Amino acid sequence: MLLAPIVWLLTIVICYFFIAKTWWFPPPISQHGIAYDEQFMRTLVITGVIFFLAQFALGWVILRYRDDGRRASYSHGNNKWETIWTTATAFLFIGIVLMGTHIWAAVHLSEPDPHAVPIEVMAKQFAFTFRYPGPDGKFGHTDLKLVNDAAGNPMGLDDKDPAGKDDIVSASLKVPAGKPIKLILHSRDVIHNFFVRELRLKQDIVPGMEIPLYFQADTPGTYEIPCSELCGLGHFQMRSTMQVMSEADFEKWKQEQAANK
Amino acid sequence: MHAHHAPQGFIRKYVFSLDHKVIGIQYYFLALFSVLIGVSLSLLMRYHMVNPDAKVGWFGTLWPTAAQGGIMTPELYLSLMTMHGTIMVFFVLTTAPQSGFGNYFLPIQIGAEDMAFPVLNMLSFWTTLLALGVMVSAFFVQGGAPLSGWTAYPPLSAVGKLSGPGEGLGQTLWIVSIAIFCGASLMGAINFIATLIDLRCQGMSLWRLPLTCWTWFVTAILGLLGFAVLLAAGVLLILDRTAGTSFFLPAGLLVSDQILNHKGGSPLLWQHLFWFFGHPEVYIAILPGMGVTSQLLSTFSRKPIFGYKAMVYAILAIGFLGFLVWGHHMFMSGMSPYSAMAFSVLTMAIGVPSAIKTFNWIGTLWGGKIHFTTAMMFALGFVSLFVTGGLSGIFLGQPALDLYFHDTYFVVGHFHMIMGVAAIFGMFAGTFYWFPKMFGRMMNETLGKIHFYLTFLGVYAIFTPMHWLGIAGNPRRYSDFTNFDFLSKLLPVHTFMTHAAYFTAAVQILFFVNLFWSMKAGKKAPMNPWNATTLEWTIPSPPPFDNFGGHHPVVYRGAYDYSVPGAASDFIMQTDPVETHAE
Repeated sequence: MLLAPIVWLLTIVICYFFIAKTWWFPPPISQHGIAYDEQFMRTLVITGVIFFLAQFALGWVILRYRDDGRRASYSHGNNKWETIWTTATAFLFIGIVLMGTHIWAAVHLSEPDPHAVPIEVMAKQFAFTFRYPGPDGKFGHTDLKLVNDAAGNPMGLDDKDPAGKDDIVSASLKVPAGKPIKLILHSRDVIHNFFVRELRLKQDIVPGMEIPLYFQADTPGTYEIPCSELCGLGHFQMRSTMQVMSEADFEKWKQEQAANK
Repeated sequence: MHAHHAPQGFIRKYVFSLDHKVIGIQYYFLALFSVLIGVSLSLLMRYHMVNPDAKVGWFGTLWPTAAQGGIMTPELYLSLMTMHGTIMVFFVLTTAPQSGFGNYFLPIQIGAEDMAFPVLNMLSFWTTLLALGVMVSAFFVQGGAPLSGWTAYPPLSAVGKLSGPGEGLGQTLWIVSIAIFCGASLMGAINFIATLIDLRCQGMSLWRLPLTCWTWFVTAILGLLGFAVLLAAGVLLILDRTAGTSFFLPAGLLVSDQILNHKGGSPLLWQHLFWFFGHPEVYIAILPGMGVTSQLLSTFSRKPIFGYKAMVYAILAIGFLGFLVWGHHMFMSGMSPYSAMAFSVLTMAIGVPSAIKTFNWIGTLWGGKIHFTTAMMFALGFVSLFVTGGLSGIFLGQPALDLYFHDTYFVVGHFHMIMGVAAIFGMFAGTFYWFPKMFGRMMNETLGKIHFYLTFLGVYAIFTPMHWLGIAGNPRRYSDFTNFDFLSKLLPVHTFMTHAAYFTAAVQILFFVNLFWSMKAGKKAPMNPWNATTLEWTIPSPPPFDNFGGHHPVVYRGAYDYSVPGAASDFIMQTDPVETHAE
């Protein structure tokens, strides 16, 4: 019987922390992030109400129907109720997922912007490298045999390819604010994952595959990129950052990089 | 039908026994031993996460290389994590609820003298033990245990020790152990299915089966279809590692400065095969717990189960849909985003039968006369945990929301709640309920209740904060949180969870004391201590070798005739031929 107040107390404590948002998302920095948070809150409210009612009901039946000398009522069930709650949950659950599909579609199924800034991401145990095509807009040829991490060539850039002469290679990601970005994700060893919390975006980086990821970040700032797919002993320290800068700063940064080559 | 005669010597009676009851107990103790290892590993992990640089003398003694000087390395952390997950999923959650309790009670509850294939049954236990031995041996080989997680995603798991220590012989042993385990599980599954179909006693129609039997039956079907696929996947992975094939390895790999000569494989193929098994595995772990919970809620509220047929259909629906949702583990994997949509709708659909079960459990309690035995407390705890763990699935089942939650602590919290602790509460419930039948003595109720309350609070304290960590974006499988600004801020939450884990693990001593003390000195158990209706309560505690003493039970009614109006007592045994107006 003590169980009833304990279940209620746990329910209240859990609900409190979800309402107080003591540990929570960082603020979103994109339209997608705002839409994401809306879908999250919708889901949280619906599941939160179900959670509260179900746990409350559990506590209530424990308290109300404890053995107090009555005879238990006799019933094998009620088909009307079975139909009602089956239909209701089916509509509710399927409804929630359908309400969120446009968010998924916007990330993965919408027509990609041909003017998106292309940036190649190369992941390896245990670092990210980012490559920009330079003024010619073309990525130079790469070759695994030319990879030399110690000499600063983690991508295996081929000097002989003129298209690669102006490529910029960076250990951190810099993107212009308010412009569509196209990441082209590559891994050269095991599966890694690109994740920026503030973007509300995550994508595995799979060797042997070239996975595009489109986004647009609106709020300037520096955001951490934690690898989010187990990649080996250094997984916990596979870190980079994404800096969202004004378009002017971004252009300036590219020129500095080109000058330092 | 006498499949075999009562054995005489100690070895045939207790070691290489053909008796399903002895084999059930053997499986139970195998799971108990495994859970000790699994929990110890989790405590070491929790310690390391909040004290990554601590020097602990005996770490160095235990692991001279991986914890040189007493400081645990990240690779050791990952080995502990891999083995924790593997041992818990395979050797605890798959063995105790199904092979342990199922082996002991399925034949008795359907009125059979033994399983359909006693020799196969014995073989499946000893093969499982062999698999456990091979798995544990991975700790003791050069490089130590594998670090690729219980999911063993290639290429990390497929390119040998280039990708990390533990990925050499340790990973090979891991795959071999899993393959052996698959073989054992297949033998068990065939046996359960054949037994349920062929050996039901007179009158035991399918619609009269206790819900426990339904869950063991459907779990066996899931095991048969799931483990067969995992076995095949394991063989392919071994071939990639040792024979130079490229099932899971694409071209263009450069690992540890070495160019590999593989081409044409796909890392995603492993994920499809693994999760085709892996998702049904979740139901393998939880379905028997649902069966036990249903049985106990009805028995101890002295009411028929609410909506018996709806419950059976829900079990079947979960079993069927369980094979159609594996893709929700792969929303971020790079598979087609269109298929993610299909998998998410199917995933939400599987929430429906789960919700039906919860409604029916509350409906069963409604208007009941609840007896708060320890077994019942754990069944009620199961319902609470199942609701909590199930609802977080509504977030993860949406690919849109998984864009953030994939591989965060939100996932860790979700699956520990539902397939970890809810399933373990099912085992505790089963233990307290069936112990009198298995060992002829009662467990201590006071000790049991203290254990229940502390465990219930403990598991909520460990696993609820994981959801908030997930919302804050904390990735899982990190051995150390000091490298990221946002993670450092979350460290107090981790410290809290670590202490909650110490506390909850310490509380389990009460359970072990209760278990072993009661075996020796518990009050003698009567034949039917709970006034329950199913067949195991019609025979002595513990039952004789052939269960029914040469007598062939006949069943006249379903398993849930409690508080029937006009009946002499508030329960009617399934074997009671008395006519009542209520059926």
